[in-house]
Order: sequence, then structure tokens, then C-alpha cells
Amino acid sequence: MTRHTKEIIIKYIFFLFALVSVIVLGLIVFSLFREGLPLFGEVSVKDFIFGIEWYPTYDPPSFGILSLIVGSLIVTLIATLIAVPLGVMAAIYISEIAPQAIKEILKSVIELLAGLPSVVLGFFGMVIVAPWLQETFDLPTGLNIINASVILAIMAIPTISSISEDALYAVPREFKEASYALGATKFETIAKVIVPSAISGISTAVMLGMARAIGETMVVLMVAGGAAAIPESLFDSVRPMPASIAAEMGETPYRSPHYQALFAIGIVLFFLTLAFNLVADYVSHKFRQIGSGTL
Amino acid sequence: MALSMNTSMKWRYLKQHIFFAMVRASALIIALALGGLVFYIFYNGIGAISWEFITKPPTHSMTQGGIMPAILGTVYLTLGAIAVGLPLGIASAIYLTEYARQGRVVRLIKVGINCLAGVPSVVFGLFGLGFFVIFLKFGSSILSGSLTLGFLILPTIIGASEEALKAVPQTFREASLSLGVSKWQTIYRIVLPNALPGILTGSILGIGRAAGETAPIMFTAAAYFTAKLPGSVFDEVMALPYHIYVLATAGTNIEATRPIQFGTVLVLVAVVLGIDLIAIVIRGFMRRNKRW
Repeated sequence: MTRHTKEIIIKYIFFLFALVSVIVLGLIVFSLFREGLPLFGEVSVKDFIFGIEWYPTYDPPSFGILSLIVGSLIVTLIATLIAVPLGVMAAIYISEIAPQAIKEILKSVIELLAGLPSVVLGFFGMVIVAPWLQETFDLPTGLNIINASVILAIMAIPTISSISEDALYAVPREFKEASYALGATKFETIAKVIVPSAISGISTAVMLGMARAIGETMVVLMVAGGAAAIPESLFDSVRPMPASIAAEMGETPYRSPHYQALFAIGIVLFFLTLAFNLVADYVSHKFRQIGSGTL
Repeated sequence: MALSMNTSMKWRYLKQHIFFAMVRASALIIALALGGLVFYIFYNGIGAISWEFITKPPTHSMTQGGIMPAILGTVYLTLGAIAVGLPLGIASAIYLTEYARQGRVVRLIKVGINCLAGVPSVVFGLFGLGFFVIFLKFGSSILSGSLTLGFLILPTIIGASEEALKAVPQTFREASLSLGVSKWQTIYRIVLPNALPGILTGSILGIGRAAGETAPIMFTAAAYFTAKLPGSVFDEVMALPYHIYVLATAGTNIEATRPIQFGTVLVLVAVVLGIDLIAIVIRGFMRRNKRW
């Protein structure tokens, strides 16, 4: 074997390794479909998605996941409303304002926050936030939408903050200098030049943060309360999709309709987060700041 | 300057002060959230920690005794995840940084990696159940759990490795190639050794994630209680995150086991944040002492 052929073979071996991620993605779809699709022989897709009655263990069972979808969307939305201002402002502080030493510490803090296991945050929500909410607002339970949203926000902040910070950091220095040269204050430069230039990166950050929140399992399993009904107030319990899968999978017989329905929820969850990720990917490529107009 | 400090100028600076205060407050809230959490866990958990707690199995249907099997299980699963994720991740990154030319296939691979990174952990759990446990008939086992966690951390490791490989100066490669060294040997002897510290520290952050994840191992590896320690990769194991979940939500006596719960949380947080902190400190040290 000549050296040249050997080199080509090595290159293709590495190519195969690089394909593993795509293959795994394919296998995920394969496994979800294989276990979940048989459900739709018995239940129509429309009844599954838009049915509001989730009584999987009744006789006859009812597999409508609308209240689970609503539960997922509402905790994600509120978590985003909390996490975006905090995360983006922290990113602005780190990239534009903080002195070097504080910058390094804060970046580490955010990285450590990202590393906190979700079960630990869920535990925190159960033993601290829930009793406090229950007492303060005189509620039947502290395990509810607002509790889950706050904890989810803590989980989404590191994603939003670190990606926003990268985007802010990537804004060319000439932009800032030009703004200062025109007499703008630092605040005006940040608000009217830097943030608008980085907006595609910040949007990507927000979307990835939302994807993280919508797919997060342990937090919503432990602190959202688990009621499969359309909520009427922020203090109601909900049962987001991941919570339903995690809570019920252990108790359901293998390949029963209930088991298939849980995989079908997995399909919905997978494509929902996939959509978020693809849009984020598209935004970050399409509206990317390329170069800068210097003289 | 006197001219510029008129009312409008004062207003502009006032706005700046207000904005800066808000921005500082945001950063402070985040830092306090982490600090408060860690302090709270330490304060409540330290009382449960003893040599027996770390080295003895649970007794009296998990209301007393230690958590040794769960610690061991988490170590096995994490090592398994590293064994799966690290070689695959480094090899993928080598292809993407050293061989790939911009084109449709590379774009597909990169989108695939991003999408894999975004797959919810519970969906990884379903994938592990449907594919490893059922389709490949590995059962609920260390093997199934390690493979599931390994693929979960794959995107993190690819990202960290890519960054480390890109940081090796192009001139290193050119110098090697100009001496007539083949591309593979250049990668193996020049690029990889220089990138390895960066790859490892970056990957450690992914490894911390593998140790702390619960949802992916719930249906693929974790057991509520095992009487014996695992004898092979086809056995179920207890694991720290799952142990916390079970004790806090489904235990027979949730209030009575609170001290054990806090102790287990403290051990898990110490392990995961300890791993992360080591990586962060080493990385900071490496950046300061960069030779190029």
C-alpha cells in the first residue's frame, strides 16, 4: 500500500467517525418511530395532539396530550421571560462593562451554573421554593407553573448568557470606536450599535435557551406538580411532556398503547426541539455579521 | 466641558447609570443564585456526610445507611460515557478541522451535531430504551446507560475538541508538512499532542454533565435498589442522581430521609462542580502560560 492510499483510507475513516452524530440522530428518529408510531393505529394524530384528556390508565384509555403541550409551552414561555433579560444583561456586563478579574469570575460562575445537575435544581425547587410559595401565597401546593418556570430559568440562563456573550464579543471594535467618535455615551453605543449588531447571535441564544427549557425533564418532573389539565392560573400545577414520559415510563407495560403513547410524546418533543434548533442554526448563519465596513 | 454638561448631557449619563446598575444587578443575581444554592446544599448536607455514608450501602429499606453503591454506579456510568464519547468526539473533530472542506456534507454534519446537542435528555432516555435496551437487547444495564450518556455528551466533546484543534497554529502544521511528513503523521505527532490539554479540559465539562444527568439513565441503567454491586456491564446499577430523585419523590418516608437526600445532593454537587472547577482552573492556567 502506498503512502498516498494509506492517507486516503485514514481520511475516510475519520469521515465515518464524523458521520456518527448524524447516524445517532437517525437512530433516535428510528427508535422513537419504531416504538411510538404503532399508537396511531388506534388513536388518530388529531385526537392525540388536540385531545385534552390524558387518562392513559383508564379503561378505555384516553390519549390526548394537548394539556401536556400547553404545560410545556407555558413553563417554557415564563422561564424565557425571566431568563432572557437576566441572561442578556449579564452577557452585556461581562463583554462590555466588567473589569477583567470580575469578567473571569462571572464566566466561571455561569459555567458552573450550567454544570449543576438538573435533579439538584429540581430538589431545590421541591424543598425550598415550593414550601415558600405555598406559605406566602396560601396555596394548596407550591409545586406549580411559577415554581417550575423560575427553576427552568436558572437552567436556561447559562445557555442564553454564554452564547449572547460570544455574539457581543464578536462585534468588530471599529463599530464601537466609530460610535464613541461621534460622541455617543457607552450606554448609547451598547444599546444602538453593539446589541443591534449582535442581535442574530442573541436571538440564537434565546432560541437555544428555550429549547433547553422545553426539553428539560427533572425540573418539571419534580416541581411542576403533575396535573394533566389546562391551567387557569400561574399557581396551577401542570404536567409538561417530559415529566409525563419520565413519570409514567417505569410503570407502563412493554408495548402497551400507553407505552407507545409515551414514545409518541417523545416524537413530538423531539421535533419541537429540532425545529427550535434548526431555526436557531438558520438565524445564526443567515444574519451573521460578516466583516466590517472599515476604510 | 462645561458646555457639554447641559441638561441633555446629564440625562444621557443618568440613563447610562441606570442601565449599568441594572446590568450589574443581573450579574449579581446570577452569581448569588449559584452561591446561595451551593451554600444551602453544603449547609444542609454536611451533617449527613461521614465515612460510613460514603462507604456503606443503604439499610432499613433506604432510610438509613450510606450511598456507596450509587457513588460506584455513577463512576461506572461516567467512565463508560467517556469511553464512548471521547474517542468518537475527538475523531469527529479531527475530521471537521483537519480534513473537511466546506461543502454540503460538512454543513450536514455540523447541523447534525447542533441538533444532537439540542435533543432533550428524556428523549435520549427513550432512544436508549428503544435502541440499546430493546432493539439491541442489552437490557437495563451499565452498557445501555453508558452508550446513551456517551452519545449525549458527544456534541460537547466535539465542540471542545474542535476549538482546541483550531487553536493549534497553522504554522505548526505547515512546518511539519514542509519536512515531508504525511498529513496523518502531522496530525498524530504535532497537532494532537498540542491540542490534547485543551481537548481534555473542554471535555471534562461534558463529563460533569454525564455524571449529573438523570433522565437518560432512568429507563436504561438505573435501579431503585440493588442488593449486590454490579458484576458485569450487563447489570443494573444505582446512581447518585436517580437516588436523589427516588428518595425525594417516591421514597416510603420522604421526610425521614431528608438528611440522606441532602447528603446525596451534596456528594453529587461536589463531584460535578469539583470536576468542572478543576477543568476551569486548568484551562485558565493554560491560557496564561500559552507558548504560542
